[in-house]
This record gives sequence, C-alpha cells and structure tokens, in this order.
Amino acid sequence: MKAPWSATARQRRQAGQGSWWSGLPGVVYLIALVLLPLILIFIYSFLSRAKLGVGVKWQFTLTPYTELLYSESLSGGRSFDPTYLQIIANSFWYAIITSVVCLALSIPIAMWLATRPPERRTALVFAVTIPFWTSLLIRTYSFIIILNDNGPINGFLKGIGIIDEPIAMLYTPFATVVGLVYTFLPFMILPIYASAERFDFRLAEAAYDLGAAKWTVLRRVVLPSIRPGIIAGMVLVFIPALGSYLAPELLGGGKTSMIANVIAAQFGASRNWPFGAALSVLLLVITLLVLVVFAVVAKRASRAAGRGGWEALI
Amino acid sequence: MDASASALSVRDVTKTFHTPEGGLVHALDSVSLDIAEGSFMVLLGPSGCGKTTLLRCIAGLESPDSGQIALRGQRIDDMPVWRRRVNTVFQSYALFPHMTVAQNIAFGLQMDKVPGDIIKVKVEESLDMVHLSGLGSRKPSQLSGGQQQRVALARALAKEPEVLLLDEPLSALDLKLRRGMQSELKRLQRETSITFVLVTHDQDEAMAMGDQVAVFNAGRIVQVGEPREVYLRPRSRFVADFIGEANVLTGVLDTFGLVVESLGLVPRDRLIADTDAASGRVHVAVRPENVSLQIDPVGTAKVTDVSYVGGDMRVEALASAVSIVSRVPSQGVQPPRIGDRVSISFAEGSLTVVAD
Repeated sequence: MKAPWSATARQRRQAGQGSWWSGLPGVVYLIALVLLPLILIFIYSFLSRAKLGVGVKWQFTLTPYTELLYSESLSGGRSFDPTYLQIIANSFWYAIITSVVCLALSIPIAMWLATRPPERRTALVFAVTIPFWTSLLIRTYSFIIILNDNGPINGFLKGIGIIDEPIAMLYTPFATVVGLVYTFLPFMILPIYASAERFDFRLAEAAYDLGAAKWTVLRRVVLPSIRPGIIAGMVLVFIPALGSYLAPELLGGGKTSMIANVIAAQFGASRNWPFGAALSVLLLVITLLVLVVFAVVAKRASRAAGRGGWEALI
Repeated sequence: MDASASALSVRDVTKTFHTPEGGLVHALDSVSLDIAEGSFMVLLGPSGCGKTTLLRCIAGLESPDSGQIALRGQRIDDMPVWRRRVNTVFQSYALFPHMTVAQNIAFGLQMDKVPGDIIKVKVEESLDMVHLSGLGSRKPSQLSGGQQQRVALARALAKEPEVLLLDEPLSALDLKLRRGMQSELKRLQRETSITFVLVTHDQDEAMAMGDQVAVFNAGRIVQVGEPREVYLRPRSRFVADFIGEANVLTGVLDTFGLVVESLGLVPRDRLIADTDAASGRVHVAVRPENVSLQIDPVGTAKVTDVSYVGGDMRVEALASAVSIVSRVPSQGVQPPRIGDRVSISFAEGSLTVVAD
C-alpha cells in the first residue's frame, strides 16, 4: 500500500476533502482525554488498595470486583451483600422514570414547536436551550430554593390554604427526579422536535380523511414518523441520567444514592480507589449494553419503517 | 336542481382567511353548488380562486365561516372529518411512508372496523382496480410518481365514499402520464359510479374529464355547465379568457347587428340567437377557430404574426387598435404573410355576449 502522502493519493483527493493530518487534533484529544483515562481506570480496577487509601498499590487483585457482590467481615468471612446491586437497580429506576417523564413532556412540546410559524420556531427552539447558558451546578442549587419547606411552592400552597404544614419535597426521591427531569428535558425535546419538524402534516390530514380520530392519528401516523427522534432522545436522556451525580447529591440529600455518587465517595471519603475504578468500569459496561439495546430497537424500528434508522440518529 | 336529489349540495358557503399582513381574504364568497349523483364535477380556476378551499370544506379539513354543506341531503358541515363519508386524493398523495402499499389501503378500512379477512380481499380488489396487483408489499418510496398516485386513488376508493374528492391529483405527473391518468380516472368514475369532484387549474384537463365544470374566480363560482357549453358560451369575459383562447370585442348592439370599432358592422346572424336581451354597448367573445381571415388588398386588418399550433395555423391581425386571433386547420390554406392585408369574417352564431 502506498503512503497516504504519495503523489497519487494527493491527486486522488477530491475538492473539499481535507488531508489526513487535519484530523490529528481530534485524535490527540480523544487519546489524551478519553482513551488514556479509561485505560487508567481499567488498570486501577485490578489493583490493590493503598495503605492510606489515596492512590493505589501496584499489586494485582480481583478484590474490587468481588466487593461488588460480597462483603468481607473483620474475621475474613465472605457474605453476599446486595447493597451495590441495589444502588445499580436504583440508578436504572431513576433513569427510567426520568426518560419516561421527559418523553411524556417532550412529545407535546415538540409537536407544539413544530406547528408554530417558521419565523417564530427559531426563537422558541432557542428558548429551549436557555438553561444551557448557566452552569448545571447553579441550576441544581436553585431547586433547593424552589423545593425547600419555606420555598415558593410551599409558600403558594400555604397561601391559598391547601396545606397547613409544608410538604417535605427537598431531600426526597421526588426532588431527585425533578432535578433529573429538569436537567435532561432539552435533550429529549430537541431531537424529537428535529423529527417532528420534518413531519409532513398533510399525512395527518390524510389519516383524518380516512376516518381516524385524534388519538389514532397520533398513534398510527405521527408517532411512527417521529420515532427516530424519540429513540435519539431516549439515548441522550437515559444514558447520562444513569450516571447522574448532581441531582441525587444535592436534591436527594445523599439519601437516594445513584451509582455516580458511590463512585465519587470511593475516590473521596471512602478512600478506596480500586473499588471506585471497578464501579466505573461496571457503569461503562452497563452503558455500552444499554446502547446496544437501543441500537437493536432502532434497527428493528427502522426495518419496520423502511427508512431512517440508526444511522440517521447519529 | 332539487338539493335533495344531488349527491352533494353546497349552500352559501363563505370562508375568509387572515393574511399575515392583517388583511382579510375571501377564499369563498357565498358559494353555492349542486353536484348530481354519479357525476364527474370539475372545479376549475386560477390558483388562489378558492376551489381547493371548497374541496377542503367538503372534506372537513377546513370549516366554513357560514353556509351549509349536505351529503345526500344530510348536513355534514358540523361533522368531524373522520365521520364524513367522503374521501380525498391529495395533491401530494400523502401516502404513509412507514406503511406498505397494502397497509396504506387497509388503513381506512381498519378505521371503519372492517374485519381483517374482508380487508385483505378489498385491498387486493383495490390494487387490481388501479393495475397495481402484486405491489402490495412495497413501500411508497419504492414506487414511481404515477404508481403512488394510483395507490392514493386506491386508498380513497377502497372506502367506497359517497363522494370522492380529488385535489389537483395529476399536477405532479408529466404530460404523457397525465393524459393516461385522465382517461383512467374517467373509467374508474364510470365503473364505480361514485360522484367525483376534481379540482384543477388546467382547463384542458377540466374539459377532457368533467361532466360538469364549475369555473371559479376570486372566491366565487362564475359559471357552471357542461364543458362544451362553457367553452362555446362563456358568460363572462373572465371565463372566455380563462378557458381556451378568445377574442373579446367591444361594440354597440342593435337590431341590425353589432358595430365594432374599426371592424365595422357584424351581421346579427353571427351572434348566438338568444342574445336579443342585450342591447347597447356590449362585450362579445368569439373563439379563434370561428374567425377567418381572407387575403384582401383592401382589407381592414394587417397580419402581425403567423404560427403553427399542432395542425392549426394561428394568425394574429391588427385592425387599427383591435387585435384579432384566427385559428384554422393549416392544410390546404394559402398562408398569409406578416404585413398582408386581410378582411375579417366570423362564423354564423359564433359571437356570444359576455359580462365584463
């Protein structure tokens, strides 16, 4: 094979095609900031705990992985411990609720956006992205103010006389879900909107004309047409929601731990870096599995739809 | 016509739209129309004349501001779209891209809760009717434009509507395919004896297909009649100009005939017999094929253009300020040349008085 910089290769290059080294910064970036840290985490997960808990001892062991399922008593006996499985299940549960709530909110919002006059749509879509202008940390903190016992919601409900005592919302699973839904809603709205905008509303008219009532039109014509957007939105919401840290930490009050909070604790207070690394590897594997599931679902959907498909999503 | 005997009756339907600039547009201005059972009605007019709006009002996709629409004597204007026993063939075909051809056709039948095995039979029949048997498992995107058109037709006809509405169904097809589909549509209409209402801006198409033609202009129906009648006896200058080519002349009508400026007297028998009601200053229309030009050194007009349209020779002549177009079969005629002087004569009973 000829070297890429040989004369023939240069001649074969087409207009608008960059040379091979123009991709170099991206490759360097990916290696230095994504691949190397991942390799490091992977290696750490097979090493022993350092004496003082900070860093690792370079000695191979599988202990971090057995710790996921078993706890070791002081006498050295091993017993099954479902704590971490429970936390993983918890994380899944929160991610599922978040995705479903986001989906239920996003479909009507996206359809509404897509049916506005084109000149107003741009401004409205821009409005959806407003939350991205401020740090997530600050936005999550603001929910502490909104949800606390003396916050505006409790104040309002007391004011109109519905309640006498404030409803405890902050530091509950409810607060965590509110925070998660708030954080990830735009990631669901935007891809669904992108699909809905391309939807030909004359198809809905045709469905009405053929005798379909509203819900049937939505179920049989609109939803299949925006399915690529729905699948993309589910991926964009479910996966980061699974690894969420801020909302459960700040709004759930640490009571509703998700896997990311446990990982953070292992590198911090618990001083067990190898175990933290093993949990990270586990989260990565779970994420990849979820992606594969979504890919299969998308492929099936696109085969049924005969167009679009997984390639269209990414 | 008795409204109860017609398949579809439209009474004083008015529809206005707000323009983005804040103005009001009368898309339909007190439109009334009766369509006979089993007939082929064509709504003809330039774009923006309201013909499509009327079709959408009948389908229920648009609701009129006032007026009534009745299907076989039963009012439908306050009925939701999905309850009306009318179906539409859309200009864009509007086939569901995620369904196969068979699923598209079955959709409307499923909405009527037709049992599955009957749907299967009906889908096959419908495909057969539009000569697409065997293509039921294809996706619309795998079909040509003409085939998609047929699927749209089969999908609407499978529901056996009381009236089939067709919104410029042939406008996306090329000329040759369009001609074929025109006779195909005529055949389907005869075979199913369903009432067809077709919207078009193409006057040739309207003439070729309609049992009746309703000519629209600016939100109103200006003339309804059989194609031949509308062509030969246009009631207004608009209809005369819009359908085919017409010479519209202005003159003074009395018992001897019509005196046209710079053409002289046109004898009374050149006018259609029952125009006696009119007198005084009138506009008359005459079709180019009823105008003949004879080469005549002392003629009143001078030839300004000669061209060939199909087998016809089209000659334009100017008599001082009045321009006249003549169209005669080109065979066996000595063609005049530009600049030749000609005299103008009209065929008997060929001039019709039109409103301005």
